[in-house]
Amino acid sequence: MSRIGVSIEINGDVFEREIEPRLLLSDFIRHEAGLTGTHVGCEHGVCGACTVQLDGEPIRSCLMLAVQANGRRLRTVEGLAAPDGPLHPLQQAFHETHALQCGFCTPGFLMAIEPLLPDVGGLDDRRLRELLAGNLCRCTGYESIVNAVRLAHERLFGAGGPR
Amino acid sequence: MKPAPFDYLAPTSVEETLELLAARGEEGKLLAGGQSLVPMLNFRLAQPEALIDINHVAELAYVARRDGALHIGALTRHAELERSTLVAEHWPLLTEALRWLAHPPIRNRGTVGGSVAHADPAAELPVALTALDARFVVRSRRGQRSLAPDEMFVGPLQPGLEPDELLVEIRVPALARPFGCAFVEQARRHGDFALGGVAVALGRDGDRCREDGARVVLLGAGPGPRRAPEAEALLASRPVDEDAARAAGEAAARAADPPTDPHADAGYRRALIATLTRRAVLRAWERT
Repeated sequence: MSRIGVSIEINGDVFEREIEPRLLLSDFIRHEAGLTGTHVGCEHGVCGACTVQLDGEPIRSCLMLAVQANGRRLRTVEGLAAPDGPLHPLQQAFHETHALQCGFCTPGFLMAIEPLLPDVGGLDDRRLRELLAGNLCRCTGYESIVNAVRLAHERLFGAGGPR
Repeated sequence: MKPAPFDYLAPTSVEETLELLAARGEEGKLLAGGQSLVPMLNFRLAQPEALIDINHVAELAYVARRDGALHIGALTRHAELERSTLVAEHWPLLTEALRWLAHPPIRNRGTVGGSVAHADPAAELPVALTALDARFVVRSRRGQRSLAPDEMFVGPLQPGLEPDELLVEIRVPALARPFGCAFVEQARRHGDFALGGVAVALGRDGDRCREDGARVVLLGAGPGPRRAPEAEALLASRPVDEDAARAAGEAAARAADPPTDPHADAGYRRALIATLTRRAVLRAWERT
């Protein structure tokens, strides 16, 4: 099996590995970089649990080959807050509003929503729920997740917020 | 599950891609955004011997207006087309269709060319592009040709491409003003595969729809994007009101040949097409 050398930056650390081209990015993150905060649910792009940010944009890490991320910059849930620092405002809001129960879906929600936070102020609940629809949660019924997003937006941008 | 092994090839130009397709197109697959292909690889529904990754072919990613027509490079990401102010101003049907297409993380990776070449009967862009009478420019080492929508969308997951051909560009002609468009669909969860949908484009002439100014194209109502000629004829050359929209909806339902599957039966889907078409016609007319 021919292997390809890749160099992928995750949360500021560079991981250089020789990998099979069929290795999924989600498996590179978990098994090569050892960052198990990124969860793998359905492995075909439906559940959103494996969402990470590629050069700042949310993507499904199970729908990308690791070799395609060569030379790119990734951010996973471990990169949201410093290890010894306070939680990211979105994490703190999830905690306070009970927007998680088992927590399996949470990293995917956080990484999908975080870059969109500046834009959610002007959205009504229906539009906000459409924005969140790419991530599945089987515990909360979503109500508290919507509340968490509203709370985080308010703390970061004030009641009116941008837009 | 995990993909079966394959040879990974990463060309950086169209010419190089065409060489690789000529040599290995029969047993290989093109990888663009991967949002439909990688799930098939993960489930091993697709086990190509070679994967030709065109993500480094930068010359295929662009959105531009030339001689009034919209030219979209096949590797343009959905999110980029969605953000384009040029598209929003002159081809708003595409912008509206893109909002229905899966979810933001999928649109960040998925490509316009991939949505076309995958030819999924439940996909939004083929329907919108059919309503806009787009042309699909394909190239191989043998030359270049341009396909009409019915030549590109041959059947479910069956694009009208030869194994050595690469879709390079989508061309969308300008709409004669004034016009109005609407894209509407219904899914259990926003962003899931739709149970039914419709794209409508109407051109206005005074208080009437222009003769030959109506396009009604259905989603999930057959093996590919399905035009509803009877509905279009009912709208042409007359004022578009509630009665006309309802009649067009009923005609669209007659043109539909939807599947029955665990999500919904054909009768439900046909009724859905009638309702969605009526709404889309009225919305498009309001926007003229």
